[in-house]
Amino acid sequence: MLLKGENIGFRYGKGPWVLKERDITVESGEIVGIMGPSGCGKTTLGRILAGYEKPHEGRVILNEAPLPKKGYNPVQLVFQHPEKAVNGRWHMKDTLNEGWEPNDEVLEALGIEKAWLKRWPNELSGGELQRFCVARALGLQTRFLVADEMTTMLDAITQAQIWHVVLDVAKKQDIGIIVVSHEKHLINRLCDRVIDLSPVKVS
Amino acid sequence: MSLAAPLKKEKKKLIKPKQIEVQKIMKPVKDIKKLQATIEVQDLSVSFIQYTKGLQQKDLKVISSLNIDIHPGEILAVVGSSGSGKSLLAHAILGILPSNATVTGKITYKGEPLTSKRQEKLRGKEIALVPQSVNYLDPLMRVGKQVRTAVKDGDPIKAQREVFSRYYLKPEVENLFPFQLSGGMARRVLVSTAVVSGAQLIIADEPTPGLDTASVKEALKCFRELADHGAAVMLISHDIETALKIADRIAVFYAGTTVEVAPVEDFKGKGEGLRHPYSKALWGALPQNDFMPIAGFQPLPSALPPGCLFEPRCSMVTPDCSKAQPEARTLRNGMVRCIHAT
Repeated sequence: MLLKGENIGFRYGKGPWVLKERDITVESGEIVGIMGPSGCGKTTLGRILAGYEKPHEGRVILNEAPLPKKGYNPVQLVFQHPEKAVNGRWHMKDTLNEGWEPNDEVLEALGIEKAWLKRWPNELSGGELQRFCVARALGLQTRFLVADEMTTMLDAITQAQIWHVVLDVAKKQDIGIIVVSHEKHLINRLCDRVIDLSPVKVS
Repeated sequence: MSLAAPLKKEKKKLIKPKQIEVQKIMKPVKDIKKLQATIEVQDLSVSFIQYTKGLQQKDLKVISSLNIDIHPGEILAVVGSSGSGKSLLAHAILGILPSNATVTGKITYKGEPLTSKRQEKLRGKEIALVPQSVNYLDPLMRVGKQVRTAVKDGDPIKAQREVFSRYYLKPEVENLFPFQLSGGMARRVLVSTAVVSGAQLIIADEPTPGLDTASVKEALKCFRELADHGAAVMLISHDIETALKIADRIAVFYAGTTVEVAPVEDFKGKGEGLRHPYSKALWGALPQNDFMPIAGFQPLPSALPPGCLFEPRCSMVTPDCSKAQPEARTLRNGMVRCIHAT
């Protein structure tokens, strides 16, 4: 299966073009890193690939078809700040089961304790919340995962814990991963290839 | 007179920007250990009083028997995961904890106890905080003016321009509002504020996340310069790599206490030079090292283990570990809180 961004152009309002004529292809099971300085459109590209933003030019194609508009999105996005990605008025259990019902195996591997399911998001730390967000995104129908600075806010041990599970599940379910990050060492460790998103000079 | 008038005047003066030679605040310090510590924290504990049910109160201990000291000219990095009490330590030193917090233990600043009265007098002058984000700037005030308010003696405008040119901020920047700054520029403005105040102790709380490599390097260089001119710098970060680049010593925090203080040279290779099993695990989990996680989590303040705080996750655990929290002891030019460390 192939996730393809063709000739993508995007800008916020009437501002300068953040992305212009950008092509990207990711295969199932492949791990691709996206690097670049602040403000070069890494996050924007991730959001476009996951269907959160519509590109002004070009298109995103998944398996020879546009991204589905309804139902479970096969391209899942995990954000940098988990506390902004969960509903503060939902118990963790509801957040976890939003897209699918993760089995005990995944929960155990991610170290999600049963007692946490009855908690509110503000009762858990960032690292604990991020585990829920990862579990939520690793559904059986997920084909591609966009990890936008997924572990930047976490300490090294939690970062390693989470990535080991993600790589494991990705291998089992043949998921392609797009890693957006500033951290060179992390990218080098994880990725099969790296795309450098240096700013495009278009006025 | 319109409000814009004084600004116009300043702009005129700015047409010919001069690169001004900045004189050193203090002579570079060579031998750190002989000097008196700028700040010394001994046995610090911080707890919060919380209401559980109705009028029942609970004492939640978030920092327990914590020790650190920083000497002039030195950068001490404080690393640990979120919730390990790093920021609370900074707030305790500045005396800006909320009113339901109780602080015990001893904090001495330049040899004298740091009482709340002294904290009030010193903070913003001799003790400065470099906060995490641009949100700490006044959104409605031009940044040049904000930096000037921090100048305690001398000509504020001159001091501000000097510091801006030193940190490669263009003269136009002083007339910008915070929302017009990029992340890296905002960081340099925040550092400028601390520099012009002539502070002896600078506490930088997570100054680098979200910045790209070039900006990180630049921000860190600012702190190294400050230390080289005699200030004591405490750099709080969850990222060891940042800390390694500029720090002299690294204090590793876990669950509200310092488990180890080590010279920066010990963080290398497979971490054989490190003392505490948690520091070793943290080092080993870095992507450029083994990328190997250990199981479990940092305990919550409400459910701390009775003995060593790291006991539930430790690979070297023995029955003695759960008896009492290990005392801090000096080991190989560093400090460790583990009965097995050698």
